[in-house]
Amino acid sequence: MDAVTYAIEAEGLVKRFGGTTALAGVDLAARSGTVLGLLGPNGAGKTTAVRVLATLIRPDAGVARVAGFDVARQPHQVRRLVGLTGQYAALDEELTGVQNLLLVGRLLGLSRPAARARAAELLERFGLTEAGGRRAKTYSGGMRRRLDLAVSLVGRPRLLYLDEPTTGLDPHSRNEVWSIVRGLVADGSTVLLTTQYMDEADQLADDIVVVDRGTVIATGTPDDLKTKTGGQTLEIRPTEPARLDRVAGIVEDVAGVRPVADGGRLSAPVTDPAVPAAVLRRLDDASITVTELALRLPSLDDVFLSLTGHRAEQDEAVAGRA
Amino acid sequence: MADVSVPAVHRLGPVTAAQHCLTLAWRNLVQLRSNPGELAAFVIQPLIFIVLFVYVFGGAIAGTSSSYLEYVLPGLIAQSGVFSIMATGAGLNQDITNGVFDRLRSLPIARSAPLVGRAIGDLVRFAASLVILLGFGMLLGFRVHTNPAEVAAGLLLVLAFGVGLAWVSMLIGLLASSATTVQLFSGVLMFPITFGSNVMVRTDTMPGWLQAWANVNPVSYLSTAVRGLTTGTPLGSSVLWSLGWSVALTAVFAPLAIAAYRRKV
Repeated sequence: MDAVTYAIEAEGLVKRFGGTTALAGVDLAARSGTVLGLLGPNGAGKTTAVRVLATLIRPDAGVARVAGFDVARQPHQVRRLVGLTGQYAALDEELTGVQNLLLVGRLLGLSRPAARARAAELLERFGLTEAGGRRAKTYSGGMRRRLDLAVSLVGRPRLLYLDEPTTGLDPHSRNEVWSIVRGLVADGSTVLLTTQYMDEADQLADDIVVVDRGTVIATGTPDDLKTKTGGQTLEIRPTEPARLDRVAGIVEDVAGVRPVADGGRLSAPVTDPAVPAAVLRRLDDASITVTELALRLPSLDDVFLSLTGHRAEQDEAVAGRA
Repeated sequence: MADVSVPAVHRLGPVTAAQHCLTLAWRNLVQLRSNPGELAAFVIQPLIFIVLFVYVFGGAIAGTSSSYLEYVLPGLIAQSGVFSIMATGAGLNQDITNGVFDRLRSLPIARSAPLVGRAIGDLVRFAASLVILLGFGMLLGFRVHTNPAEVAAGLLLVLAFGVGLAWVSMLIGLLASSATTVQLFSGVLMFPITFGSNVMVRTDTMPGWLQAWANVNPVSYLSTAVRGLTTGTPLGSSVLWSLGWSVALTAVFAPLAIAAYRRKV
């Protein structure tokens, strides 16, 4: 028997908007207490999937269960368990940070003092205590995102959906969001994270579902996906740049492929695990020293490229113009 | 997969649902309180209207500004219903566009709460603005010639009409693609029914076609009713017509607005 419990399970989700098919039969499953990364370019159907799982829209076909509750038939139970942070901070701009938190606390049935205490606690945790009395309108992008996250945590949800939580954030704010997500998972929450950034999925997700044009094109752990794409990359940087050609020759000899030079570094895809050692021996024989010799798994960016034939972020630029 | 046997439909108790509505009404009122600009506009705008009409046009229209005050203040009270309630749809539309509506829908709250809460909040605001108008008018010398019960009845009549219009406004807010559209559309709707009425002047100097409109305009009935209930001028059938219009607006537009709302939730 399968001992793993799934916090989210979806089978064959279909959603059409007029003539466009946003979801064309999506299956996904998130294990309890882990981060499931939904990875794909803009327009892949990520947000639609999140909206279905958050009970905001009904699927045209397929079933989705959140903690065992059917999103279409038991939306109220699902809403009790899920916190949602959408792509754009859904804050009441005219209210202060505290008031935004109080509003949701009261709607979730907390007493006035309990809602106040919870608001203070969350502001503290997200470094917004000082800004708490100011209207959300005056917040910076990073502060808004943190307040939005705080608002979605008021009811201590068991599941948290984060729809592109770091899009448009500077690297500092991005790191903050990442550490918040790690903290939540450490506390036992299940997180559904959509992103179009490979490194974000790589950093945070335990499992990844890659979607493109409404269909799942790959599933697995980040490492699975990298291995699936086949092979690893050998990277070598000779101490003397002048010997680059000689080193390239050796690598080509051993690995059977001509390496690509990038600055003073060569990289070549390898499938045979014996290659690095052989290359090293040949270099030693030729008395060539190297400052860098590494075998790395392909990045998720490489994975996405090999799965879809296009890069994720290029696609974003195209979608942005459309 | 675990088979969880829970009722497919979960209903909230009426008390809980009412609390959700009141919390959202609170939000609506806090927005006003914590926004000095909006608060100032809310209080000052009706005052500017009174001062403008009474002192700028008053003498020319009615001979003296004090006699015009007595004529125009009840009209302005009736008219303010149209103006202030149009904000309901714009606010609803803004919530939908900026994602607040989705956040509310993702919470385990009564489905009707975002709509009803906003309506309650706006009606409270509206009631407050009526009191401000009447109070400021009295400061300037407006005298009530009837009794407090009649004055209260007049204000309630305006509120009832406001409820009827709130449905229209909500329908516009739910159907419009942006807040700008809401404002444009509301403006187009608002001017003929406020200015094409007996709110500011008697209709007998208007050309026949306009007079015909002004005489059947619901705002004219409402303003005649408020005038009668505060200054003792003849009421005729104005109270009945005002009530009738309020009921009719609600009867026609409440189902339409609720249907439009259901498609969103």
